[in-house]
Amino acid sequence: MRQRLGLRIAIVAVVILGSLAYLYPPPFLRTWLYGNVAPSKRAGLLPPTINLGLDLQGGIHLVLGVDLDKAIGSQTERAVSSVRGALDKKGIAVTRVQRRGTTDIEVQLASPQSWSAAQTAVSELGNFEVKEPDQAAGRFILAMRAREVSTLKDLSVRQALETIRNRVDQFGVAEPSIQQQGENRILVQLPGVQEPERAKALIGKTALLEFKLVDERADPERAARENVVPEADELLIQRRVDKQTREERRIPYVVGKKAVLTGADLSTARVSIDQNTGEPYVSVEFNPAGARVFSELTEANVGKRLAIVLDGNVHSAPVIRERIPSGQAQITGGFTAEEATDLAIVLRAGALPAPVQVLEERTVGPSLGVDSIQKGVWSTIAAAGAVVAFMIIFYRLSGVIADLALGLNLLILLAAMAGFHATLTLPGIAGIVLTIGMAVDTNILIFERIREELRAGKTVRAAIDAGFARAFRTVVDTHVTVLVSAAILYEFGTGPVKGFAVSLAIGILASLFTAVFFTRLIFDLLYMGPRRVETISI
Amino acid sequence: MLQIFVNTNYDFVGKRRWFYLASLGAVIISIVSIVVHGGLDYGIDFTGGTLIQVRYEKPVTVNHVRRGLDRIQLGTAVIQQFGDPQEYLVRLPQSERKSDELTKAVQGALSSTGDGGVEIRRVEFVGPQVGRDLQLQALYAVLAGMAGILVYVAIRFDYRGGVVSVLALAHDVMVTLGALSISGREISLPVLAALLTIVGYSINDTIVVFDRIRETRGRGTRRGPGLAGLINAAINQTLSRTLLTSFTTFLSAFVLFLFGGEVLRDFAFALVIGVVTGTYSSVAAAAMILDWENWSRGKARAGGKVPAKA
Repeated sequence: MRQRLGLRIAIVAVVILGSLAYLYPPPFLRTWLYGNVAPSKRAGLLPPTINLGLDLQGGIHLVLGVDLDKAIGSQTERAVSSVRGALDKKGIAVTRVQRRGTTDIEVQLASPQSWSAAQTAVSELGNFEVKEPDQAAGRFILAMRAREVSTLKDLSVRQALETIRNRVDQFGVAEPSIQQQGENRILVQLPGVQEPERAKALIGKTALLEFKLVDERADPERAARENVVPEADELLIQRRVDKQTREERRIPYVVGKKAVLTGADLSTARVSIDQNTGEPYVSVEFNPAGARVFSELTEANVGKRLAIVLDGNVHSAPVIRERIPSGQAQITGGFTAEEATDLAIVLRAGALPAPVQVLEERTVGPSLGVDSIQKGVWSTIAAAGAVVAFMIIFYRLSGVIADLALGLNLLILLAAMAGFHATLTLPGIAGIVLTIGMAVDTNILIFERIREELRAGKTVRAAIDAGFARAFRTVVDTHVTVLVSAAILYEFGTGPVKGFAVSLAIGILASLFTAVFFTRLIFDLLYMGPRRVETISI
Repeated sequence: MLQIFVNTNYDFVGKRRWFYLASLGAVIISIVSIVVHGGLDYGIDFTGGTLIQVRYEKPVTVNHVRRGLDRIQLGTAVIQQFGDPQEYLVRLPQSERKSDELTKAVQGALSSTGDGGVEIRRVEFVGPQVGRDLQLQALYAVLAGMAGILVYVAIRFDYRGGVVSVLALAHDVMVTLGALSISGREISLPVLAALLTIVGYSINDTIVVFDRIRETRGRGTRRGPGLAGLINAAINQTLSRTLLTSFTTFLSAFVLFLFGGEVLRDFAFALVIGVVTGTYSSVAAAAMILDWENWSRGKARAGGKVPAKA
C-alpha cells in the first residue's frame, strides 16, 4: 500500500474532479454527461443537477387502477351484436342473446333443430368458444377465449397509458412520468403541478362521449319516479348547478341505449366563446365517416332532441332543427373556461378504454416542499457539524482527516445521485443525514484499532498498518449488512422510501472509498514519508 | 488523547442474566403496550384512508378545526396538531367518496370558519387494496431483512452467531415497536424504513464483537480464562468503538429528530430508539453465545453417556 502514492493521489483527484463535474457540469461537458436534458432552472440550496422528488418540489403521485373487468365486459357487450348478426345472416332464429358476467354470452335458439347450423355460424367467431352446450334445450354459452382476454387486458392498459400520456402532454407538465405498474396499475407522477385537483380530474376522467337520441314518446319524470324505461332505452340524468344559488338540479332524460355516435368518431375538439353570452363551449368536428352518419342522423330526426352524454351524464340535449352536413357540433352546458379547456383536451386525447380508479394518491403542495428542503438541509448541516466537532475533539488531527473523508463522502454521494439520475426525496435527505453518522463509523473502527496497537507498544507506522489491515474485515462486514437492508428497502419501498434506500446505499459504498482508501492515503502522506515519525495525533 | 473505556474489565458475561432479564422486561412492556393499545397503530399507508395536511393563516385550536369539519359529515376524523398551531393533520377513514371530492369538501369546510384562508399542503390517499398489499410487503421486507442478515452472519461466523444476532435484532425491532406504541406514534412507510435500517445497522456492533471473539480464539489464547473470559475480554476490548460508532449515528438521528421537521419525526424517533437498543443488545447477544455453547456441550455430554452405559 505504501507504494504507488502518485497513482493513489491521481485516483482521488479524478474522483473529486469527476464528482464536481457531475454536480456542477461546465457547459462543454453538460451534453456529454447529461445528454440533451435541459438544465433545471431551480435555484436554491441544492445543486440544480440533483433531481428532486415530488415530496420536495411539490406535485402529484397517483396510482390508478384500470377496471379491466369493465373493459372486457364492454368488449363482450359489443360482441353480442356480432353474434346476433352472424346467426341472423344464416337465418337462425333466436329468442335470447345476452351478456352474462364479463366474458360470457348466453345464446338461446328459438328451436333446437337449428343447433348444428348455429354451431357452424358461431364457430367463425374466432375469439369465442362454446361452453356448456345443451343441445336438447338449444342453449349454449359463448365464452371469450383466455388468450383473447389476456390480449385485451394488455391492450386496455396500454391504451389507457397512451391516453393519459396524451392528456398530460396537452395539459402541459414538465417532466411527467407515466408508467405501468403490475398488471393493471398505472403510476402517474407530475412534479410541480400548481392545480392538483384539476390535473387529477383531467387524468381520471373516462371521457366516454356519446350521442344518444332522446326517446320523445317516453315521459322522463315518470320514468325517474317509477324507475321503468322501455326495453331499448335507458334513464340518464343531467346535473345543472345554478350559478347564483349553487343548487343542483337533476333533469331526467329517457334516451336510446345505443349510442349513435361516440367520441371515437371525432377528429378534433376545441374551445370557443359564444358571441352573445360570452360563455365558453366546446366545438367538435367529426371525422369523414362520423360526419356522414351525423348528417344522415340529423336529417332523419329533425325536431327530436340529441343528448350529448359524457361518462353517463347528459351535458345538453339540443333539438335537431335541420340536417347538419358539415359534421360540426357544439357541446354547451354552462362551463367555466377551465372546464371547457379540459373537456376539449380529453376529447382530443380520446376516451379511456375503461374507467380508472385512484388507488393511491400523494399530493404535496409547493410550499411544503420548500419547507421540507430547508429543514432537510439544516438537519444535514447540523448533523455534519455535530459529528465533525465530535471527531476533532476525540481524534484531533486524525479526526480532521476523517472529517475531510466525510466531506468527500457527501460530495460523491450527491454526485452519484446526479449522475445516476436518482431522485432525492425527503427520506432520501434523512438517508444522507444518517450516512454522516455511519460514514465516520469506519474511521472510528480504524482509529480505535490503531490506538489499541499503539497501546500494545507498536511503532506508529506498524500501528497504522495493523490498524487498517485488521479493521478492514470488520468494516466490510458492517457495510454488507447495511447494504442488505438497503437492497430490501429498495426492492420493497415506494417512491420516497426508495429514495432513502438509494442515498443510504450510495453513502455506505462511498464510505468504503473515503474512509478506507482516502484516509489511508492521507495517513501515508503524513506518517509514511522518509522522516522518522515518533508521534501520531489520534 | 481523549479516550473512553480503555482497559475496562466489566464482567458483562457474569452478569448476563441481568441483561436477559432487562431485555425480557423491555419486550414484555412493549408487548403489553401494543396489546393495551389494541395492536399497533398503523398509518394510512397500511390501513388505507385519507390524510390531509392543512395550514391556517392564523393560529387556531384543535376544537376550532373540529367545528369546521363537523359541518361536513365525514365519519370519525382524527385531528392532530402538526408542529406549530397553524398546521394540522386531518385523518379520514376509508370512504366511498373520491379523494378530490374529500379534499375540496375539507378545504371548503375549514375556510368557512372565518379565519382567513386554509392552504392544503399535502394530501395522501391510500385505497384499501394498496394498503393491504403494503401490509404484507412490509412484513415480508422485515423478515427478508432478518433472513438476509442471518444468512450473512451464519456464513461469515457460524450459524450460532447468526441465530443469536437475529434474536438480538428481533429484540431491537420489538422494543422499537413498543416505544412507538407507548409514545402513541404511527407505523408508516418511513417508520418501516427506519425499522429495516435498524436491522441492518444494529447488527454492526454485534459483528464487531464477534469479529474480536474469533480473532482472539484464532490466536490460541484459549488457556486460562476459558470461553467466558474470552467473550468478556472481547466485549470489553471493543466497548469503546461500539459506543463511539453508535454515538455518531445516534447524534445524526437525534439531530434529524430535533430539526428534520414533523414529516420525519416518527422516522427519526424509531432510529434513535433502534440505535440505542441495538448497541445494548449487541453486548447481550455476545454473552448469549456462552450459554448456547455451555448448553450444547452439556447436551453432548449427556448424549455421550447414554451409549457408554448401553
